[in-house]
Amino acid sequence: MTTDNKRDLLLDVQDLTIHYVTDNGTVHAVENLNLQLGHGETLGFVGETGAGKTTTALGIMRLIPSPPGVIKSGKIIFEGEDLLSMSEADMRGVRGGRIAMIFQDPMTSLNPVMTVDKQIAEMIKLHRNVGEAESLKLAGDMLELVGIRRERMKDYPHQFSGGMKQRVVIAIALACDPGLLIADEPTTALDVTIQAQVLELMKDLKRRFAASMILITHDLGIVADICDTVAIMYAGRVVEYADKRSLYSNPAHPYTVGLFNSVPDLDSDVEELNTIPGLMPDPMELPTGCTFHPRCLRAVPECSVSKPGMIEVEPGHFVACPHAGSKRGSGV
Amino acid sequence: MAEVFFRLAKSPLAMFGLAFILLLVFVAIFADVLAPYPFQKQNLMHSFETPSASFLLGTDEFGRDILSRLIYGARVSLQVGFIAVGIALVVGGMLGALSGYYGGWIDNAIMRVMDVLLSIPQTLLAIAIAAALGPGLFNLMIAVGISAVPTYARIVRGSVLSIRGMEFIEAAKAVGSSDTRIILRHIIPNSMAPIIVQSTLGVASAILNAAGLSFIGLGIQPPYPEWGAMLSGGRQYIRDYPHLTLYPGLAIMLTILALNFLGDGLRDALDPKLKR
Repeated sequence: MTTDNKRDLLLDVQDLTIHYVTDNGTVHAVENLNLQLGHGETLGFVGETGAGKTTTALGIMRLIPSPPGVIKSGKIIFEGEDLLSMSEADMRGVRGGRIAMIFQDPMTSLNPVMTVDKQIAEMIKLHRNVGEAESLKLAGDMLELVGIRRERMKDYPHQFSGGMKQRVVIAIALACDPGLLIADEPTTALDVTIQAQVLELMKDLKRRFAASMILITHDLGIVADICDTVAIMYAGRVVEYADKRSLYSNPAHPYTVGLFNSVPDLDSDVEELNTIPGLMPDPMELPTGCTFHPRCLRAVPECSVSKPGMIEVEPGHFVACPHAGSKRGSGV
Repeated sequence: MAEVFFRLAKSPLAMFGLAFILLLVFVAIFADVLAPYPFQKQNLMHSFETPSASFLLGTDEFGRDILSRLIYGARVSLQVGFIAVGIALVVGGMLGALSGYYGGWIDNAIMRVMDVLLSIPQTLLAIAIAAALGPGLFNLMIAVGISAVPTYARIVRGSVLSIRGMEFIEAAKAVGSSDTRIILRHIIPNSMAPIIVQSTLGVASAILNAAGLSFIGLGIQPPYPEWGAMLSGGRQYIRDYPHLTLYPGLAIMLTILALNFLGDGLRDALDPKLKR
């Protein structure tokens, strides 16, 4: 994934490796991860629970709990600067001001004893040179922008519904006009109708603020709706990376194919839903060679020996599997 | 603040507590005007008198007016109670917040020292500190305050630990807040409930502790009146003249009761979730 250097990149993650070192062993949460994100683009980050999606996001923010988390190697180039070599004080300016994060559960990501306007104003005061009154006024503007009436700005989080809380969280994230927005499963904790509203709002605001976005999710439907490019993650590695159209019309990695096959189909009448056989490997003892080979139906003996590199199967479509077929549905 | 008071006003018990404490503060400040007699004035002709029109609460073994001594005693007791708890809360709270938030070796270092202090009975610790510093009101407050530090450090550490792991703390980090800001703006306000309750109870036990120290001569020096000292002074006459111990005892009890009511009410009033 290192070609295409001419593209004007906002974020360029190179060979990022993050481990959790515990008494019981080392957890290989993220291994040699490469990611690129251009201005205004949305990248979907898809994978099972435990694939390392959230760890990657926290790694970009440099918020990995340490100990036990260690960033072993890699570079995170954001707007031309390497975040990993920044001082903690500079990093605080980046968090919120230039990279904002939306957390998974709006029920717990707001401070329960602070009114919402103060929580938005806190973000504004930290990154902009404005006074108390001005920041509260801007906080009210942000609330109106996400569709909450200004009269409710003095309310506490528990007085809002789940969807409204997530709107408040979005208002906080966008309050300082960040270049990059990282959304960690922003709709998982919401029910389906509210999900659609919140996603629509995020799409709209992302366009208005001209921000780039990394959307972490395990819902392929959401990815199809919002994202430009998609990275499929499995056991700490990106196994497939492509623009949305190419990935959906032509999934190449056996794992991606398996994911698509497990999406229920309304038209066909089946007894049982399709699944990928087996479970995610224990991240402390990853299989040798390709980490997916124990579950892969196309595996050949050499898969357990050598780690596959990235192959470009189509322009801009990379796969970490030498046997990646181009025919959808073959194999798995 | 007005909102908190409004909510506090809905609880009659809390209002009683607040009114009683305010009354005490008023009495303590204007003791010189309110007390019918000077606190040290002896009148051996009138010793051990039961309550009457001229001595509303009676007199003690030297014929001193008990009401006047209670009024002056309020000064000492309130000062000791609030300032000692203030010292304990600031020092203990800071230590507890640091050790709960950072964990690791900082936590270990601070909490092991606190454990050592906790292993010494609080009264004994206060006696040791007061003996080292010498008698006097200010030293009394320091002794009582320092001896209560480990209790507060433990409580604050516990609540900080439980709040620290919550997602909104991570969210606060993600917006670029510094550690100091996270502790002061997010963690402390969320851990107020147990701290407020402990503090109001703490004022009460600080008053009792100070009384104990006065009794063994390490606190307030006679003839200045102090409730605890009055209580222990009247102890030997309790069979024949119970009013010598009854009134100081009542004063201590009512103050502590009022503080507890107020503390309970404050805890509820400060919790936005209970707002109706």
